[in-house]
Amino acid sequence: MQYLIAFLIGGAICAISQLILDYTECPPAYILVGLVSLGAILNGLGIYEPFQEFAGAGALVPVLGFGSSITSGMISEVKRLGWEGLFTGAFEITGLGLAASIVFSSIVALFRKPYK
Amino acid sequence: MNRIGEKTVTFDKQPRIITSYTIVGPLEGLGPHALTFQEIMPDISLGQDTPEKTERLILEMAIEKTLQSHNLKAEDIQFLIAGDLLNQIGTSAFSARGYSIPFLGIYGACSTFCQALGLSCMLIQGEFAQKVLIGTASHYQTAERQFRYPIELNIQHVATNQHTVTGGASAVISVDGEGPRIIDATFGSITDYGLKDANDLGSAMAPAAFSTLKQHLTDTGRGLDYYDVILTGDLGIQGSKMLKLLLEQENYSGLERLEDAGVQIYGTNQQVGAGGSGSACVAVMTLGYLLNKLNSGKVKKALVIATGAMLSSLSVLQGDSIPCVAHAISIEG
Amino acid sequence: MQAQQYRELVKKKKPTRNSFKNMFWAFIIGGAICALGQVFLDIATALEQTKAEASAVTLAAMILLGTILTGLGVYDEIAELGGAGAAVPITGFANTVTSAAMEFKREGAILGMGSKMFIIAGPVIVYGILSGFFVALIKSIVLGLF
Repeated sequence: MQYLIAFLIGGAICAISQLILDYTECPPAYILVGLVSLGAILNGLGIYEPFQEFAGAGALVPVLGFGSSITSGMISEVKRLGWEGLFTGAFEITGLGLAASIVFSSIVALFRKPYK
Repeated sequence: MNRIGEKTVTFDKQPRIITSYTIVGPLEGLGPHALTFQEIMPDISLGQDTPEKTERLILEMAIEKTLQSHNLKAEDIQFLIAGDLLNQIGTSAFSARGYSIPFLGIYGACSTFCQALGLSCMLIQGEFAQKVLIGTASHYQTAERQFRYPIELNIQHVATNQHTVTGGASAVISVDGEGPRIIDATFGSITDYGLKDANDLGSAMAPAAFSTLKQHLTDTGRGLDYYDVILTGDLGIQGSKMLKLLLEQENYSGLERLEDAGVQIYGTNQQVGAGGSGSACVAVMTLGYLLNKLNSGKVKKALVIATGAMLSSLSVLQGDSIPCVAHAISIEG
Repeated sequence: MQAQQYRELVKKKKPTRNSFKNMFWAFIIGGAICALGQVFLDIATALEQTKAEASAVTLAAMILLGTILTGLGVYDEIAELGGAGAAVPITGFANTVTSAAMEFKREGAILGMGSKMFIIAGPVIVYGILSGFFVALIKSIVLGLF
């Protein structure tokens, strides 16, 4: 059941993004920036965490989740440290994604060339 | 003055394309006119570690084999005119290192070939040269990286996107010898109708092709049906459609003679969007496909119009429109 | 024909994007990637202590997947069909980093790959942090967290 929910929610987020992409004909980067900012805002409004509770990976895997994690990392650090948390919290949760991207990508780039 | 009309130059010496050599990549080698190209690359890299080096090698091979095929030496050639798509026309400069021929590097985006051809004829007509070597090359991967995105990036191409042709071509233009003759040339001025979509260069270039074609026909007093074939360069499916609309509006007849190098180079099942582009596209199609027809007598009179979209990756990001240019060369068998 | 008229003609003659087909495939591909993420998430939840750790492991696994598919030259083919369905999930983020790393490796490990690895992914990080910062700032003030 949870798989179906993840499939439907995740698929819906992607399909709406595609619709905006086709309708506005903007570069895909604009959509990604929009989504990451939207995720950060929805988290701030206290919406994203209950949503993720419900949708599971359907909310975690899209880039919306990346934006949400930035806000929630900052808030939790603010609670722990005070105002410094606004800065230390940015990579609290998302740091993993960045570090993983850097490490895995570097390893792959060592061995593979663009192929077409 | 070797001029007729407002902007057309004529060559009463009628310089000839005495020899040429065309190389295309594996994808282009699957196209409908593959048999008219002299060489098809077995793979896209030719054993080089970067596509930039591959592009240089393609141009070097094209130049070398053009010279070899007619037993010419560097001393027989007075000028080498070459251009390509990369920054500072690096490919041409690197490829020309091995030849002690005075080098003229030009940039005309995808119109480079006709620019080179027209200039070489003027050098010959003006008795500054007897033989001029011209060449150009482009490569899918180098163009993608310079004008678009990394190759492996998750990008969904749209129907108006064109695929840069991997390949290169070279030719020797000579005051004497055997081969198709170049009669006259119309160099176009920059045309910018304010289009900004870098995913649809065909539509941006169509007005340039139209204005050069119109100028050429006005200057020479010919109609479209004077030519057996009018080969436009890299307008693609979309651009060709727009050019035909522009011509229809001014009641030109003989539109069925229009062919486009970008449309023709790939088969309809090859999934390359609106067709081919790149400086090599119109060059290999002219020196392969068209020259083949001229030599076999199937075509007597042909007009080649190469169009170039003179955008850069910076100008697109800064919101500028796309300045375009087109040059027309008439060739007779 | 005037430039203005021509621009309108171009707009009219532009081939329409097949939005329905594109949306369908974005839905299928994006949904499938998220469902796969759910598989990882379930496994991780069984193995890890906290939810945060389970999410972290899931994201790392998805990033690894995106990176490997990019290295094999498959991910851009998936995106050709899936569009936003391939770009929006975290695997697409990994693809932007890996494709840039592979592409710019030619200019050297430091000034090439090192400096240009985030050439596509950069805006996502920059604007994610900027919006996160202002949202968290406002929320902290509202909730009186300082």
